[in-house]
Amino acid sequence: MAATTVGQASASLWQGGASPYSISSKKLGMWLFIVSDSLTFGALLAAYAYARVSSENWPTPFPIYPSIIVATVMTFCLLTSSITMVMAVLNAHKGNVKATVRWLGFTMLGGLAFVALHANEWFHLIGEGLRPFTNPWGDPPGSTPLFGASFFTCTGLHMLHVTIGIIVLANIARGFKKGTYSADHVEISGLYWHFVDLVWMFIFPLLYLMSVNRAA
Amino acid sequence: MAQTGEVAILHHHEAPKGFIRKYIFSLDHKVIGIQYYFLALTAVLVGMTLSVFMRLRLAWPDATLPLIEGGKMTPEQYLALLTMHGTIMVFFVLTTAPQGGFGNYVLPIQIGAADMAFPLLNMLSFWVTFLGFLVMIAAFLVTGGAPIAGWTGYPPLSAVGEIAGPGQGLGQTLWIVSLAIFCAGALLGALNFIATTLDLRTKGMSLMRMPLTVWSWFITAILGLLAFGVLLAAGVLLLMDRIAGTSFFIPAGLVISEQIISHKGGSPLLWQHLFWFFGHPEVYIAILPGMGVTSQILSTFARKPIFGYKAMVYAMLAIGLLGFAVWGHHMFISGMSPYSAIAFSVMTLAIGVPSAIKTFNWLGTLWGGQIRFTTPMLYAIGFVSLFVSGGLSGLFLGQPSLDLYFHDTYFVVAHFHMIMGVAAIFGIFAATYYWFPKMFGRMMHEGLGKLHFWITFIGVNAIFMPMHYLGMVGHPRRYADTTGVEYLGSLNSLHVFMSIAAFITIAAQFIFLFNLFWSLFRGQKAPENPWEATTLEWTVPSPPPHDNFGGNYPEVYRGAYEYSKPGVTKDYVMQTTPDAAAH
Repeated sequence: MAATTVGQASASLWQGGASPYSISSKKLGMWLFIVSDSLTFGALLAAYAYARVSSENWPTPFPIYPSIIVATVMTFCLLTSSITMVMAVLNAHKGNVKATVRWLGFTMLGGLAFVALHANEWFHLIGEGLRPFTNPWGDPPGSTPLFGASFFTCTGLHMLHVTIGIIVLANIARGFKKGTYSADHVEISGLYWHFVDLVWMFIFPLLYLMSVNRAA
Repeated sequence: MAQTGEVAILHHHEAPKGFIRKYIFSLDHKVIGIQYYFLALTAVLVGMTLSVFMRLRLAWPDATLPLIEGGKMTPEQYLALLTMHGTIMVFFVLTTAPQGGFGNYVLPIQIGAADMAFPLLNMLSFWVTFLGFLVMIAAFLVTGGAPIAGWTGYPPLSAVGEIAGPGQGLGQTLWIVSLAIFCAGALLGALNFIATTLDLRTKGMSLMRMPLTVWSWFITAILGLLAFGVLLAAGVLLLMDRIAGTSFFIPAGLVISEQIISHKGGSPLLWQHLFWFFGHPEVYIAILPGMGVTSQILSTFARKPIFGYKAMVYAMLAIGLLGFAVWGHHMFISGMSPYSAIAFSVMTLAIGVPSAIKTFNWLGTLWGGQIRFTTPMLYAIGFVSLFVSGGLSGLFLGQPSLDLYFHDTYFVVAHFHMIMGVAAIFGIFAATYYWFPKMFGRMMHEGLGKLHFWITFIGVNAIFMPMHYLGMVGHPRRYADTTGVEYLGSLNSLHVFMSIAAFITIAAQFIFLFNLFWSLFRGQKAPENPWEATTLEWTVPSPPPHDNFGGNYPEVYRGAYEYSKPGVTKDYVMQTTPDAAAH
């Protein structure tokens, strides 16, 4: 609607009271938040690229098993939770409260599995000697401290987003059951959840797949 | 339109009763706007006080100063003042007052809405910003005092901790935390402004009928949404360097205070890229609302339609867009490839085109007008003047070959104070004198306002014009003391002149403060439309009721600047006047 009025100040079609994108202000607000948050992650990944390109011996220490296999399972959990989220939104719009809450439950479960596996991964790597300021790899070992720095910062901030997402979904599920939240709220929280998944789809190849130890 | 009723219901809320709900934790965009304004006023007084001490130190290096331990300001203390002056002014004054203050107050009324799209988020963004300000001020009070790394927080000085100097310990950490908090508040505010502008326009208020002020706040919000997210990321990384031992911004082999720094692998240039990717749009975040206000006021008091409305809108969009492609011009001396420098330079100079379009359109608006020289009009004309004189020096700095020489001199200080500091402040003053009657229901004193304008206008030119000369002869910036440098010794009299000019200008601001508070209680009662302007805020009582339009949303029939329309008896036609009645 906005597009049709631009440049036609003399004959306005703008009726007011409706969104030019036929979505609620809340949903537009979430989209705008996603735009801004994607710039934050974009800047972090750009910083990671900058550090990696300007380092001489960037280590590629992750073996196919367990690192990549586990990370793939994590990706599977997160992607599955996106599908269950879609089911939740679908049912919310149909008004099936019980089914919505159940699907939201599955979504949270997927998120929890992701966080649990991820935390386990962190502890495993910390056990191997990975720190934000050093790591046992590289030539000589520890010569590229930014490996751990970028790994923990990027995945840490993403894990924080997933954790917040689980809390939000729990809250939405409770509110939807009680009737205080509408189907629109479920859909808006779904937007956030899909966005967090999408961020992982950048982190997984850039931080994991590009660090595979092909010799092992 | 099924949603019309829903939106109307959503935003029809009763005025709150208790003092706290009404004035402290208020959801009303007007109260929040005033809160932002007074936060900025507090911040500007702090920032101004810091500049007094800096000017004292620069002009009279040997004098004993009050309030300073031992009476003599150390170079580190000078750097701390410089850092805090810049940070407080850029974030808590120039970003806060035009957008958070006036944007919040005026935008919803100008588009015919009862409030912002998310009132709760709006309140939250103010209180988050307020918290950010408290954290910033707290940096003065901790061990070591305020940080000394400049408002740009350049690493490695800002990343390595106390070893880099007093204030680089907890003070610098608080500085980063404060900016991160500020980012969060600014992001919440920005998405609220965008959603409000797109969704809550009243019937007939098409995009191309919006006042240019609304356009400027809208575009500023888009810039904020895109820029602050990047500063947040940079802040997270810098904080990691300080507290988690990472080395994103710290290179290997660094020796500070005769100690080897164990960090390695990072690059201070990474910070510069991230910071200026935010920092350049930030300049436009500060100045665009001033452009909108100037357009509004010039048209109102020249009694003429704004010259080239569409060109003004497209010029602002172009400035906003180009603003994201020029961050490299802050880094010409960082050792970047000359090819990149040329690319950044071309983009930078290209901003001169939309800027010139705006300037000539302002002059075109004034041309042949029946000008009413009110205080807001004087400030708007002053804005155009400062925009030109501050912008022209930008053409020098935008060229790598000249910037190599000018970059670390007072020429840069003169440039950004003229355009980003003073011009934006003139926009704030213009807006204050213009909307004060609407906000508080009383007129400000015209005589005092004009006195304030003339002293301030002459004063700022007396302060910052000689600074260009200092820069051209090679006076480096950021130094507390250059008495030992022979070729700068003869320039001390110029420092004395600039300091005296600064003190007179600062003294004149108390005329403004007096006028503001006196008018608040004793000013002449303001009518609904004292300036005979056409936009929607002048159709409601001064000050407007809690829900702005009392539930009767206005309908808009025309653009925002229909002054001196041929065939119409009055010399202005309100946006709400139907065609049939406009004779």
